[in-house]
Amino acid sequence: MRYMMLIYSQETESGPAPEDGERIKAAHLALIEEASRKGVLRGAEPLAPTSTATTVRMQNGAMLLTDGPFAETKEQLAGYYILECGNLDQAIEWAAKIPTGCKGSEGSIEIRPIPEMPGLTRGSQSPNV
Amino acid sequence: MSDVRSAAEAVFRQESGRIIASLIRLSGSFDRAEEAMQEAFAAALACWPDRGLPLNPAAWITAAAHRKIIDAARRERTRIAKQDSLLYETPTAAPPPGAQPEDAELEEAAMHYPDDRLRLIFTCCHPALNPEAQVALTLRTLGGLSTAEIAKAFLLPEATLAQRLVRAKRKIQEAHIPYEIPPPERVPDRLGPVRAVIYLIFNEGYTASSGSNLVRRDLCAEAIRLGRLLNQLLPDEAESLGLLALMLLHDSRRDARIVNGDLVTLEDQDRTLWDRRAIAEGLQLVEKALRMGRAGPYQLQAAIAALHSRASAAEETDWCQIAALYRVLLEMNPSPVIALNCAVAVAMSGRLEEGLQQIDGPAISGALGNYYLFHAARADLLRRLERWPEAAGAYRQAAGLATNQVERDFLDRRLRALSLLASG
Repeated sequence: MRYMMLIYSQETESGPAPEDGERIKAAHLALIEEASRKGVLRGAEPLAPTSTATTVRMQNGAMLLTDGPFAETKEQLAGYYILECGNLDQAIEWAAKIPTGCKGSEGSIEIRPIPEMPGLTRGSQSPNV
Repeated sequence: MSDVRSAAEAVFRQESGRIIASLIRLSGSFDRAEEAMQEAFAAALACWPDRGLPLNPAAWITAAAHRKIIDAARRERTRIAKQDSLLYETPTAAPPPGAQPEDAELEEAAMHYPDDRLRLIFTCCHPALNPEAQVALTLRTLGGLSTAEIAKAFLLPEATLAQRLVRAKRKIQEAHIPYEIPPPERVPDRLGPVRAVIYLIFNEGYTASSGSNLVRRDLCAEAIRLGRLLNQLLPDEAESLGLLALMLLHDSRRDARIVNGDLVTLEDQDRTLWDRRAIAEGLQLVEKALRMGRAGPYQLQAAIAALHSRASAAEETDWCQIAALYRVLLEMNPSPVIALNCAVAVAMSGRLEEGLQQIDGPAISGALGNYYLFHAARADLLRRLERWPEAAGAYRQAAGLATNQVERDFLDRRLRALSLLASG
């Protein structure tokens, strides 16, 4: 099944030091390469920092916009991977390899299974004809 | 009829863990496995009075439950096939639903079902489940306890416990927590939570965190049974041996520890009431574990319990050795509670003042100010030093923080005895 690995990084004012940034980037590229070689990669993208986020909420038919992320948290969503894994243990093995310092300080990975929803088209799978 | 019922109940008590473990593997679902097992037991109660008790009742029930799972899967396939109207169900030579297993099938069942309980242990105690869920799931499946029984043991509303189980089973299903024994390199890590769950169950039984019944024996017995099972399924793990030894040595004092509903301290216990057989087994296990040369926290705690068990009178306790073991334990696991125990051992080894100074130091008193055992330990040392007013104050603080009625009563008795001494 597919699992989404949400990367929560601690955003710092200046972001990671240049040499750390290079190291983290290289680690992500290596991981993407490995996951792709093993045929499990279904997607992986970084996100711009939460300072660029806009939150949209519909309230009584009116649109309410907020500058910033949906919630102020200690660690912020910084990117994601979607990987095809046989079970949660395999997903945990992959998650342990994902660097989390992308936005400054080390954070954590949240693993969320993606339920199969028959009838929904997905970019990652060829449609059933 | 009552013979048949008691035979079925005996099978359930002894074999339900093994049966459910195999049914979960076969059906891939905790719920379907539970349902099939219940139906199989109901079928046994209906069938056995007429046909007599089968040769191997456990195998009979396993085979009957397996057939129910296969029937259910077949019905599900038929339903899906009809919905799709693409496939035509080919009639199979399946026995009609409700048919009973034949003897030959039973023998087959008895011979070929592997023991799946180790998979079940690792799944129930998977670190992706929270510890409360791990405990509930382990007691429900491997222990065969009902939701009501578990709720009662943990003093929780049954609905809360049921909800906890539902949530845990849903996570196993939806996040695909595997029903597997972890690969060898992961086993040491994964055994940690398994042992923690067993010890939690034991402790909940041994020192009920609240309520008036200090020992809930069923939980202690269940934890010891699980500890034995773990050692049987995965032998020669030093810490698992240590855990079993620790539980046996503590449990051996059960009859001496509570007398007429009152708590009796280790020092004042009638040691002739200790269970010698449990002690002999515990001592043997802890020695076997320590000889393996991989000391860990459970083994060290068991070794400390063993030193108490070996002393035929409280005065003969080797407190120096106990303090030394606590120091090793403290290095492995720096925690203020262990530091407190270490300080008490130092005090009891004849260095009362030194022990008390350690307890009053910031490392211990700073962290444990709201912990009743901290004040109880202080009170006890102050009493031994004959500093009566300070001792009385500490007992009062301890009694105010204790959550268990039996322990509160004990502290109150100590306080009363103290006022007699102080005034006399």
